[in-house]
Amino acid sequence: MIEVRNVWKTYGEQVVLERLNLTVAPGEFCSMVGASGCGKSTFLRLLLGQERATRGEILLDGRPLSGEPDADRGVVFQRYSVFEHLTVMRNVLLGLELPHATRTGRLFGARRREATAQAVAMLERVGLGAALDKYPHQLSGGMQQRLAIAQALVMKPRMLLLDEPFGALDPGIRKDMHELLLALWRETGLTIFMVTHDLKEGFALGSRVLVFDKVRVDPQAPGAYGARITYNLPLQRGSGTPRPDSAHPVRPVAMPARTDIPT
Amino acid sequence: MRLINRRPGRGSALALLLLPFIVIVAVYFTSSSLRLAANPDDKLLPSAAQMRDAVAQFAFTDDVRTGERLLWADTASSLRRLGIGLAISATVSLVAGIAMGSIPLVAATLSPFVTVLSMIPPLAVLPILFIVLGLDELSKVALIAIGITPMMVRDLQQRAREIPNEVWIKAQTLGATSWTLILRVIVPQLVPRLLVALRLSLCSAWLFLIAVEAIASTDGLGYRIFLMRRYLAMDVILPYVMWITLLAWLIDEVLRQITQRLFPWYGGGAR
Repeated sequence: MIEVRNVWKTYGEQVVLERLNLTVAPGEFCSMVGASGCGKSTFLRLLLGQERATRGEILLDGRPLSGEPDADRGVVFQRYSVFEHLTVMRNVLLGLELPHATRTGRLFGARRREATAQAVAMLERVGLGAALDKYPHQLSGGMQQRLAIAQALVMKPRMLLLDEPFGALDPGIRKDMHELLLALWRETGLTIFMVTHDLKEGFALGSRVLVFDKVRVDPQAPGAYGARITYNLPLQRGSGTPRPDSAHPVRPVAMPARTDIPT
Repeated sequence: MRLINRRPGRGSALALLLLPFIVIVAVYFTSSSLRLAANPDDKLLPSAAQMRDAVAQFAFTDDVRTGERLLWADTASSLRRLGIGLAISATVSLVAGIAMGSIPLVAATLSPFVTVLSMIPPLAVLPILFIVLGLDELSKVALIAIGITPMMVRDLQQRAREIPNEVWIKAQTLGATSWTLILRVIVPQLVPRLLVALRLSLCSAWLFLIAVEAIASTDGLGYRIFLMRRYLAMDVILPYVMWITLLAWLIDEVLRQITQRLFPWYGGGAR
């Protein structure tokens, strides 16, 4: 259970996020959509621990999230998510080594063989079984993202954070990645937060869509008011359409059809 | 076709590559033979035969006074000084550069200090080194190390900062501590960049080596050419300069090969 309680994020005078309140049940897939610069990536960084909320708190199962990234939270960025100096297999193996070897950062002997088998199984699951000894620069963009997902999932994190993970991929490959991600989500029951600028992607993948937008805008002082979650739409999984009856708009407005949601 | 779009073929590329070398050799030996024809005792532009004799004397004949073959003895002592100096600089800059590039508290403490240090002209410190460390090997190695380390530290710090933020965050989500993050991610990613920094510093390292050998030494390549200057022995100096150039190029090439072989991932394997 993730609870966001009255979270604000400001940079000096500029308010980016204001009064965010949100409760997300375990196993939800939250797509976060909205215009550029409306704070959805900032919110993801707060969840990640890369930045701290100016006010308010974020609780994971009732306890405040730690203020720096940790193994509870897996992440896949649009780029640079994998380590260029390690082969595919070692990229995944690294995550199995680091938490258990605090001095050398490496495992040896039987524990290493065990971890290697686990890494290989994970890589085979995401379709990289034939590329174990390749370096990331030898992989296509889609394969690099598969690797990044495998690297995050092998840690069995409490939640997976995706920052426009498929933004740099071709449409065909993006579709394959959607299928892979949905399958992995169903298998693991993981809580996922995904930032995307692609509305269709957000609705196709999410079990809940969070729309970030600025409710108040002062033309004289564009930074005076921040964005909020203006729509919090639970979706019927699979159909890809919002159920208007159970939607919780922040302010009383008519429920927009899918295509009318402001981007 | 525009000049900017014309590219040489393979044959003409080789010809163009050789052209400046052929021109300079031709100009040199023409001038040399003209001067020697006018005055057979001219020392300024020695002929190929004179240089060959000098090389034979320095490289393949035992010196009467020391019983050594001077060129090789000079080369050995110079390369030893250069090697120790480069090794010290590489070690210090790897440790300091990575500490400063990875740990903000260290950077806040040392970064301005190293910037100030790197502004000190190393040769201005040489008298101090001579006074404090004496005139033998230690002060020579120290000058090379002091000369190139600050720039290499700054370079490595900069390279560490250029590692994308995503990489730092990702490693933390994989359960890395500060120490294991540096050990498993930052150091391996920076070692090839250290080799590149070392290659760029080679030029300065040679400069400091030759300078310190010219000022206070009894052997070494720099010592020899400055000694020979007293006798206007261009027939020795010119082959020595060519030898130094060849050595510098070879070291650079070896470092480049090491970078390529050991770090196939670096620069997409292309650099």
